[in-house]
Amino acid sequence: MARMRVRLTFPPERIQEPVIYHLVKDFDIVTNIRRADVTADHGWVILELEAKEETLERGIAWLKGKGVKVDPIERDVIVP
Amino acid sequence: MKIVMGKLKGLKCRECGRRYPSSPVHICEFCFGPLEVDYDYDALKGTITRQSIAAGPPSIWRYKELLPIEGDVAVGHHVGFTPLIRSQNLAEELGVRELWIKNDSVCHPTWSFKDRVVSVAVTKAKEFGFDTVACASTGNLANSVAAHAAEARMKSYIFIPADLEQGKIVATLVYQPTLVAVEGTYDEVNRLCSEVSDKYRWAFVNINIRPYYSEGSKTYGYEILEQLGWRAPGHIVVPCAGGSLITKIWKAIRECATLGLIDRPATKMHAAQAVGCGPIVTMVKNDTDILTPVRPNTIAKSLAIGNPADGYYAYRSVKDSGGYGEHATDEEIVEGMLLLARTEGIFTETAGGVTVAVTKKLLERGVIPRDESVVICITGNGLKTPDVLYERLETHVTIRPSLSAFDRALADLKSQARS
Repeated sequence: MARMRVRLTFPPERIQEPVIYHLVKDFDIVTNIRRADVTADHGWVILELEAKEETLERGIAWLKGKGVKVDPIERDVIVP
Repeated sequence: MKIVMGKLKGLKCRECGRRYPSSPVHICEFCFGPLEVDYDYDALKGTITRQSIAAGPPSIWRYKELLPIEGDVAVGHHVGFTPLIRSQNLAEELGVRELWIKNDSVCHPTWSFKDRVVSVAVTKAKEFGFDTVACASTGNLANSVAAHAAEARMKSYIFIPADLEQGKIVATLVYQPTLVAVEGTYDEVNRLCSEVSDKYRWAFVNINIRPYYSEGSKTYGYEILEQLGWRAPGHIVVPCAGGSLITKIWKAIRECATLGLIDRPATKMHAAQAVGCGPIVTMVKNDTDILTPVRPNTIAKSLAIGNPADGYYAYRSVKDSGGYGEHATDEEIVEGMLLLARTEGIFTETAGGVTVAVTKKLLERGVIPRDESVVICITGNGLKTPDVLYERLETHVTIRPSLSAFDRALADLKSQARS
């Protein structure tokens, strides 16, 4: 099993959708939310994901396809 | 130098406050918040004085007791203590009574303020027993990590996006690190570096060593205060990329007030960013603590971080101090660089152009009153990235090697200047 700690940033149009529910149900990914801030016009969630590596990759690709920004919890680590 | 025993309490989560012993970790295991070095200020009070600091070396290490280093200094003995220049010419052009330029374009050894953070990070990495340091960088950070690793006789790995221009690579390659060019999108390179940091027991300076690394930025603030005769200026204008520098300068000012080195932390911190990559200033202008990541599109490459790790804390530093922020367009950035060069003889990189341009705007809009003291932060040298000026500067006159040709050319130039 592989684990990843990620920060998801949701575009406003996805705030009302049960995105993380689908990540669990459709991809069989274990999610463990540690911190989050979701309001009517923005949302971010910091969580740990656990699944087989290829499952994680498929789940992340699906998230990106929905316009969710997926970053390491460190955010941008490439520094000028 | 007197050693203060037990000055470090360890690390503390910036979000939930949970404490951790001093070790190479950067994330709280419970809330995944960032960790920060925690000091025992009661133990430091009265021990650190203006006199004890003045007795130290002319480098960042005169503030060693306020840095997370417990052993000997390993590298970068000459980093910092850069000039704080009382500006006459630029002050006149901008119409401000008291203007100071903190000039890290001449910071040793790699000509940017990154030498402050990296010398602390590499010293701490040695203290932890690492034999390899690493970073992901497209510029100043890469230069500095490679140079300090060479001095420390440590192995170094520098990760870069594969499409980075050759000109930017040479100033890193000269120190002979292992340079890893990664093919892929910016996000893919970013994620890989985070994963490498998880897997390998390396000191990744801006990932697992980040709590220690970022403390080095405090020295920029200490120096401003000390060089002003232990006085907090009215305003400091700071260029923002990851948001750490402005956060740590503000921390330095508050620490100095806590320790009685200055009267009170009465400085307004102002954030300077480019229009094409300004998520922190956007937070300040919209008065929101939510950072919206952006895709950078600016000539200010040295500030091009679209999803800054310390964005929220930078915003807080601005708000808590009563400061503000401004964006600069690419044209204004170049004008800022040229203005600083023309008036003060300082060639800064684009980040410095942003700072000058933003200072000008803040003065024009009355955010910074013209009769108050202002410090502008110049954080890098222009000689590394002169390409941004190639299209904008030209030779004034070309002549044959004869005195008469020169006489005619000079007369023409004078006449052009008059018209």
